[in-house]
Amino acid sequence: MNASVDVLRATFGNAIGRAIEVCGDTIVYVDRARHLAVLEWLRDAPDQRYDYLVDVTAVEYRDRERPLEVVYFLRSLERGADLRVKVELPQDGELAVDSVVRLWRGADWLEREVFDLFGITFRGHPDLRRILMWETYAEGHPLRKDFPLRGRFSRAEQVRQALGANPEAHYSMEELSIAEAYQELPQDMRDRLRRGERGTIPHSE
Amino acid sequence: MKRVLETTEVAGQSPNWLLTRVDDLVNWARANSLWPMPFGTACCAIEFMATAASRFDFARFGMERQAFSPRQADVLICAGRLPFKLAPVIRRIYDQMPQPKWVISMGACASTGGIFDNYAMVQGIDTIVPVDVYVPGCPPRPEGLLYGVLLLHKKIKGESLLDPGLRDEPLLDEKGLRLPPERIDEISEPFGNSIHQFRSA
Repeated sequence: MNASVDVLRATFGNAIGRAIEVCGDTIVYVDRARHLAVLEWLRDAPDQRYDYLVDVTAVEYRDRERPLEVVYFLRSLERGADLRVKVELPQDGELAVDSVVRLWRGADWLEREVFDLFGITFRGHPDLRRILMWETYAEGHPLRKDFPLRGRFSRAEQVRQALGANPEAHYSMEELSIAEAYQELPQDMRDRLRRGERGTIPHSE
Repeated sequence: MKRVLETTEVAGQSPNWLLTRVDDLVNWARANSLWPMPFGTACCAIEFMATAASRFDFARFGMERQAFSPRQADVLICAGRLPFKLAPVIRRIYDQMPQPKWVISMGACASTGGIFDNYAMVQGIDTIVPVDVYVPGCPPRPEGLLYGVLLLHKKIKGESLLDPGLRDEPLLDEKGLRLPPERIDEISEPFGNSIHQFRSA
């Protein structure tokens, strides 16, 4: 069992649910109201330092009584430790959790994927759009258990909608351009880019 | 050529004319200079590359130049499964290709959806573009694709310039479909093992 679990319990009390160990990996359940504070503490506490968010995903079980789970895979690069944090979302309640993009920028697309395929909303996400299915996709969220394997529409309707799509609409010209992002890069990266020999950097002073 | 040579050399001169039909000559030229437009989306594209590479080498059949621009292509080879998201892309590439043009559907997924009988995948590219040759296999070996190309040669050599329907541009109808909806549903129906495929709610 990962030693972080005992420290978590001592720090957050009843916000920490059960913890189990599977195949050498520790899974700890966290209350959905406090999970952002818990994850931030796991990232920043000096003896935790889970600085790398490997993946965000979700699980829906075949047993309809069981809640959906949002799963965060954390890794501490300097300590070489792994921890899996789960948040339970009951089926009859609102399927929403707080976004962790504020803590890890890399969670952006991971949370979009979970939203796209499971319909779980991430509160505070800067750009919560579909990422794998196209944005006008109207058949629902494909990885939910109540989603029919072949989709909800007839094949002819699916083909009609697909052929009616504008291929250019799949690409956001804003996203393809990194010029706007330059000011948001860390200072050392900006310095390195400026010293590089790849032509002029947009917006450089 | 050999026979022409023998018969004309009776006069002791080199041959400077021969007789043929325009259809035969044009089709011979077209069939032996098919420039492929590879539309590779999956593992079939790897076999396609093997077909193009030195061991199998489809340059032997006049396919030396692969046209990565549809404007210079003769035959669209869809190598791999086609998700609905790519359906408008392959349709546009097909529309951009100049006549005369042909389509080879390479592999089980391009031809029928294959193992991907699900919400994301087109169940056969013939619901999107007209197909001339279907190559079975998962993926087909290079010999399989070459056999498909040779079948296409055979088909091209049977065409006639006088057939007015041959060069009709097959556009989408007013519903935005290539085939009637009932026909698409019929083509896309589950078959074989995939009729057992379901998800319990």
